[in-house]
Amino acid sequence: MDLTSLSALELGRKIKNKEITVEEAVRAQLEQIKAKDKEYNCYITVMEEDALARGKEVQQLIDKGKIDSPLAGVPMVIKDNICTKGTKTTCGSKILYNFIPPYNATVVEKLLNAGAVVIGKANMDEFAMGSTTETSYFGETKNPHNTEYVPGGSSGGSAAAVAAEEAFYALGSDTGGSIRQPSSFCGVTGIKPTYGTVSRYGLIAYASSLDQIGPMARNVSDCTAVLDIISGYDSKDSTSLEGENYNYTEALVDDVKNMKIGIPKGYLGKGLDEEVRAGILSAANVLREKGAIVEEFELDVVDYAIPAYYVIASAEASSNLSRYDGVKYGYRTEDFEGLQELYKKTRSEGFGNEAKRRMMIGAFVLSSGYYEAYYKKALKVKARIKEGFDKAFEKYDIILGPTAPSTAPKLGESLSDPLKMYLGDIYTVSVNLAGLPAISLPCGTDSKGLPIGLQLIGKHFGEKDIIRAAYSYEQSKG
Amino acid sequence: MNITDETIEYVAALAKLELNREEKEKAKKDLGSILEYMDTMNELNTDNIEPMSHVFPVKNVFREDIVTNGPNRDILLSNAPKQKDGCFMVPKTVE
Repeated sequence: MDLTSLSALELGRKIKNKEITVEEAVRAQLEQIKAKDKEYNCYITVMEEDALARGKEVQQLIDKGKIDSPLAGVPMVIKDNICTKGTKTTCGSKILYNFIPPYNATVVEKLLNAGAVVIGKANMDEFAMGSTTETSYFGETKNPHNTEYVPGGSSGGSAAAVAAEEAFYALGSDTGGSIRQPSSFCGVTGIKPTYGTVSRYGLIAYASSLDQIGPMARNVSDCTAVLDIISGYDSKDSTSLEGENYNYTEALVDDVKNMKIGIPKGYLGKGLDEEVRAGILSAANVLREKGAIVEEFELDVVDYAIPAYYVIASAEASSNLSRYDGVKYGYRTEDFEGLQELYKKTRSEGFGNEAKRRMMIGAFVLSSGYYEAYYKKALKVKARIKEGFDKAFEKYDIILGPTAPSTAPKLGESLSDPLKMYLGDIYTVSVNLAGLPAISLPCGTDSKGLPIGLQLIGKHFGEKDIIRAAYSYEQSKG
Repeated sequence: MNITDETIEYVAALAKLELNREEKEKAKKDLGSILEYMDTMNELNTDNIEPMSHVFPVKNVFREDIVTNGPNRDILLSNAPKQKDGCFMVPKTVE
């Protein structure tokens, strides 16, 4: 068996048992990247030298018994909006094309402490704005299942790298579905944790009240092992929450007997691809046969999640992205007269179309005369959506549905009509608005051979419920 | 919603962006259809609902005012497009 096809935990075990050295694993991974990445373009930066040096260091730590993590020595990739000290972090944008962070994000520190070998930085939609990874300044990433199709986004590079065996696992970030939707399109597993579970310190902000970092991997167990490492309270993130127990691995139990699972009727309705619907219903049946109680229910309020999401996310983006001014870091225009022109030209040349569009929408919905009608209204809709989920979770342990209304679209089909692209986020954005945890995992393929994603949504801090259900489903699927 | 030239120029100015004519036309069209779609929120009754900025009742997080980061001016400046004498360099703004 090819070394790069192992799961992250299998590789970790083999490294621990001295069957494979960390250096062998790193070299095999680099070889695979060299062979495949010209075609897929999952990586913005491959850290060849750093990874080899780090591999040696981790091996020594393991040999001395100084690291005891199930993922020690396993090569992984980090989305390029998460700061890595000394390694370029671009956010997929020209405006940060040369930015080298002077510090590590908290999640990076945590992974390094657990013996991770960071092998590179993954491609993404510019500032995590997009659903296809086509808005990246560094070129589009291709779906490893079929290179005519997009990998999804915004964490498309992370998802494609895991699917193409160019990384054993990845970190992504999810503001409106950016971990779950590319996981769905690339046939991998991704978790968006409860808001506040994983520190955002060092994550370049898009919409701070919705952003959350999470793991992406080839199976539920790998994702869970990563979540064990990266979660936890961090005083450097003022929205970080103190949880009671971050040992998610104990939820890897093949048992859903009497688990109550609700399927919102609207999640199976208009706009859902027939083959995706069939895949989701058959997954629901698998859980039912294993003893879960599955039923449909009404959750109409989520119909308003997309407009509320794009108001809130754009408003926060317009504020967060005002820091890119050509003075402190990143791109600066060549010719300008005066400070105002420096700002305007730098930003106009440095940002792509989607980022500009969202900053303008954000500026509009926050502007005098429109603030009440749009921004404030959206915050009220958000309250109603949370209330809707709260009610649902009085009755159900988890909520089941599709991750996306279709499988991956073809390259070049999405960007011409932004509104149409936004509508593809229908099943994912409400989870961010309500701050809930959710997982996307593969549940078969359509007739084109493209993966279908199953989404399981949990209540606040209900990661263990969705992990248990996902693990049980995965076990039955074989 | 019908977006006028003035509106586009206003939001572009707020976002500190310069748009050419083609971009302006595209922005007018896109913003118009996106805002129209956002207006569907009005179908949902939100009377007597408090706007929610945070899902969890998080309070202000305070800490002691103690400096924990070391002197790292040179590292921070190393990302600056232009620097001089230990400072960020910007065009002259005051006569």
